[in-house]
Amino acid sequence: MADTQRTLDALWRIEGARIVATLAKVTGDLGLAEDLAQEALVDALAQWPKEGIPANAAAWITAVAKRKAIDAWRRSTRLDERHREMARNLRESTEQAWEPIDDDVLRLVFTACHPVLSREAQVALTLRVVGGLRTEEIARMMLVPVATVQQRIVRAKKTLAAARIPFEAPEAQTWGERLSAVLAVIYLVFTEGYAATAGDDLIRRELANEALRLGRVLLGLLPREPEVAGLVALMEIQASRFSARTSRDGSPILLADQDRSRWDHSQIMRGRRALERADALRHGRGFYALQAAIAECHAVARSVEETDWDRIVLLYGALCSLAPGPVVELNRAVAVSMADGPDAALRIVDHLARQGALAGSHLLPSVRGELLARLGRGPEAAAEFRLAASLVGNQRMGAVFRAKAGALQTGTSGELRQPPQ
Amino acid sequence: MKFMLIMRSTQAAKKAYEKADFNEIINAMGAYNESLIKAGVLLAGEGLSDDLSEAFVVDFSEETPIVTDGPYGEVHELFNGFWILQVSSKEEAVEWASRAPLGAGAKLEVRRVTDMSDFEDFADNEYLKKEEVWREELGQP
Repeated sequence: MADTQRTLDALWRIEGARIVATLAKVTGDLGLAEDLAQEALVDALAQWPKEGIPANAAAWITAVAKRKAIDAWRRSTRLDERHREMARNLRESTEQAWEPIDDDVLRLVFTACHPVLSREAQVALTLRVVGGLRTEEIARMMLVPVATVQQRIVRAKKTLAAARIPFEAPEAQTWGERLSAVLAVIYLVFTEGYAATAGDDLIRRELANEALRLGRVLLGLLPREPEVAGLVALMEIQASRFSARTSRDGSPILLADQDRSRWDHSQIMRGRRALERADALRHGRGFYALQAAIAECHAVARSVEETDWDRIVLLYGALCSLAPGPVVELNRAVAVSMADGPDAALRIVDHLARQGALAGSHLLPSVRGELLARLGRGPEAAAEFRLAASLVGNQRMGAVFRAKAGALQTGTSGELRQPPQ
Repeated sequence: MKFMLIMRSTQAAKKAYEKADFNEIINAMGAYNESLIKAGVLLAGEGLSDDLSEAFVVDFSEETPIVTDGPYGEVHELFNGFWILQVSSKEEAVEWASRAPLGAGAKLEVRRVTDMSDFEDFADNEYLKKEEVWREELGQP
C-alpha cells in the first residue's frame, strides 16, 4: 500500500498534468477534471496492490476518471443536451488509445494562471495540477498550513467554474499579457524559494527546483517564446549561487563576498545555453532575458573587480527603459558606482530620493550609505545605515547595517558592498 | 534530487544492436530524450563512443598511475552513456529509468548524485568539528 502510494506519487509527478489536461479537454472544466483524476487515484490505490500496476498506468487512470464522469452524468437528474454530448465524447475518447496532446497541457498552464484567480491561487493551482505536487508538499514548501493550500485550490476551482473560464489558450491579442502572468507565477515560485529568508535551505532549494522544472516544461511547450527561455536562463544562473549565498549559520553572504568556486558551474552553463536560445529567436531581449544577461555577467566574472560593469550598466539601462521602476534604477546606480565611481551613482540615488521613491524601504538608504562611505562622508553614511537598519524586516540584514554604521563611527573605513542580488 | 542513469551493455547486446535498424534506435532514443526534456527533468546526458582505440584506463594501484589501452582486458559490461535527471523522489527516478528504450543485455545502473545535504552531514561530523578546534588552537589554517 505504502509502496503503491509512492509509485502513484511518482507517476502523478510525471503524468499528472497530462492526465488532468486530457480530462479538462473533454469535460471543459479544470476543477472537475482534477477531482475525477483524484478519485481515479483512490481506485488505483485500492486495486493496484491486488491486480498489479497496469502497463500503461496513466492511460488506466485517465480511462477510470472518464468512466466516473460518464457515471456521474448518467445519475444526474438535470441531464441536459450539453451533458449528453459530453458523455458521448467521453465514451468515444475512452475507447480510443490515450494520446495526450501538448496543446492540452498548454491550456492547462494558461487556465491555472488565469487572471480571474489571485496570485496565491494561481501559484497553488499551478503547483498542484501542472507540477503534480501533493497538497502537503506545496504546504511544506510554501511554509503555510495544509488547510490553507487546500482552501486556495478549492476556491480557485470554484472561481474558474463560477466565471465560466473556458479551457483554452488565450487568443493572439491577449497572448503576451497572459504569457506574462504564467511567467510571473513561475518566477514567484522561484523567488519564494531563492530569496525567502525563512525556512530550511534544502526545502527552499526544492521549491526553486520546482520552479525550474515548470520553466523547462513551459519551454518544451513554447520553444519559440524568447521570454520563456529568458526566464529559464535567469533561474538557472541565479540558482547556481545557492550553495555560496549563505554561511553555515544561515546568515546571507553578499554577491561580492561569495566563494565563486562554490557556484554550480554546470548550472551556469545550462543558463547560458538557455539565454543563447532566447537570443537565437531574434526578438530582442525581454524583461527576463535582460535580467539573465546581467546575472550572466556576474556568473562569468572571476571576481567583483573583473566584472564587466560597463556592460551591466548598459543592460540595466535597457531594463530601465523596458520596465521602469525605482528598484531597477537603484540597481543601475550600484552598477554605475562600480563602472564610473560613487559620484555618478549618488546623483542617480539622490534623484530617486527626491522623487520619494522607495520610501519606507531599506534599499535606498543602504545603497546611499555605501556610496557616501566610499566618498569619505562617514557620519552621513552611518546615518543612512542606521536608517536602513530601522527599516529592514530581516534581523540578520539589520545586524549587518548596524555593524556598518558602528564601523563608520569608530573611524574604520566602510567598504562598498552591493545589495544582495 | 539528482540521479544519474548509467547505461551498461554487454557485448552480446551490442552485437544484437548492430543488427537492429539504427534509424529505429535513434528514433526511440530521441523520443525518450524528448519526453525527459518536456517533463523538465533532464539536466544532462551523453553517449560514449564504443571505439575502444580511443578509450583507456588509468590504474592507481601503484605509486605512479598506469595508463593502459581499452576499458578492460575482458569486457563484460561496457559503460556507454548516461543521463542526469532532477526528480522529486527515488520512485520517480525508477519510473523514468524503466521507460528507457533499451533491450535485452542492457542495464541501467541508477545512482543518486550527491548534493549539499551530503556535505552538510559531513560538516557536522563530530571529528571534523574537533579537527576544526584543534586547528584553531594550533593556529593552523
